[in-house]
Amino acid sequence: MIPAAFDYHRPDTLDEALKLLKRHGDEAKVLSGGMSLLPMLKLRLASFAHLVDIGRVPGLDYIKEEKGTLRIGAMTRQATLERSDLIRTKYPILADAIPLIADPLVRNRGTIGGNVANGDPGNDQPAIMLALGATFVARGSKERSMPASQFYKGLYSTALAPGEILTEIRIPAPPPKSGGAYAKLKRKTGDFAVAAAAVQVTLERAGIGLTNAGLTPVEAVDAAKYLIGKMPDEKTIVEAAKMAAAKSSPSADRRGSVEYKKEMARVLTTRALRKAVQRAGGN
Amino acid sequence: MATHKISVTINGATREAEVESRLLLVHLIREVFRMTGTHVGCDTSHCGACTVILDGNPVKSCTVLAVQADGAKITTVEGLEQGGKLHPVQEGFTEKHGLQCGFCTPGMLMTTSALLERNKNPSEQQIREAISGNLCRCTGYVNIVKAVQYAAEKMR
Repeated sequence: MIPAAFDYHRPDTLDEALKLLKRHGDEAKVLSGGMSLLPMLKLRLASFAHLVDIGRVPGLDYIKEEKGTLRIGAMTRQATLERSDLIRTKYPILADAIPLIADPLVRNRGTIGGNVANGDPGNDQPAIMLALGATFVARGSKERSMPASQFYKGLYSTALAPGEILTEIRIPAPPPKSGGAYAKLKRKTGDFAVAAAAVQVTLERAGIGLTNAGLTPVEAVDAAKYLIGKMPDEKTIVEAAKMAAAKSSPSADRRGSVEYKKEMARVLTTRALRKAVQRAGGN
Repeated sequence: MATHKISVTINGATREAEVESRLLLVHLIREVFRMTGTHVGCDTSHCGACTVILDGNPVKSCTVLAVQADGAKITTVEGLEQGGKLHPVQEGFTEKHGLQCGFCTPGMLMTTSALLERNKNPSEQQIREAISGNLCRCTGYVNIVKAVQYAAEKMR
């Protein structure tokens, strides 16, 4: 399969990339790792007259913790995150999820920026960003940041304006007595989730995100609120998972019926909560 | 649509080409450079038959644009043999019967040779994880794992 013809641009700087996006408007698309975009172009599910490859724009590939915030450059590849000691030791929710994204070869190219910004509710990292209370930084005519909770507008539709590029993901560093986990059910390596749950808990805050549970990643706000101030015992976990699953509105497809997927969302939220609480030093 | 002049180092040799933006890396390798050891299997980045090593990392060359590889170092299955001597993974696949029809083999060899560059002594689990993006419909993977273990031992 061969994509429809397009012009390829490889800017050397972010400003140059932004200029190209401005010049070509909605005929242009940002190419990051290309692991979602290129298959879509090849299958002719999408077509753009211009691709702006940000793969060699310097300064978009980093993982650093500063002043209580984890900052990840948008071009950071999944394989880099997978090998990061900081991620492995301090962000178990990401460490759980990354080995379950696509396959190792795809993770050598795919980036976290592409995963969170392309607006596919089957991607794993959007739900994780909701659970973590992450903020996305974008550059257009100026820099602005927006909470992940307000980023996802619809299927492949996000708060990124035309001409904006996602540059950084900011995650609050977990305080002591925090725990996170990601539980995913998939049919085979490389497949998207039948259902998956992302959970991050601390004493004062809980976040729950669901993957492939609707047209956008789903934030289970009520379930997260319910957890605050309660002993994280089995009864509380079971109830919170029920509340989270009630928020999911999956559609039936080859991966299962609506009923099955909602039930799996409940089961996986239960499992992720148990693990997150255990990691936080709770039960 | 403009074409792009690109230069890549493939199996140690520098090659230039004038490519359309949409040309895929696997087609550059097979149809422009006429190196047909790299296979196209599913063409949808599932099967891994097209795996090549791009700047040190195994990637699915059906899902990379040729122009994205401009300036890169590429190794294909043709580049594994050195001075008439098979690479240890090639020897392992021969010794341990790591293939039947052979279609997935070029991709398997690239992925597993890259694994052994990074990890001299992989566990069975690590080998299986490393090849989880490479599909084989013949062997059930048992002999592929044995082949990689053979190569690992040989390389230590």
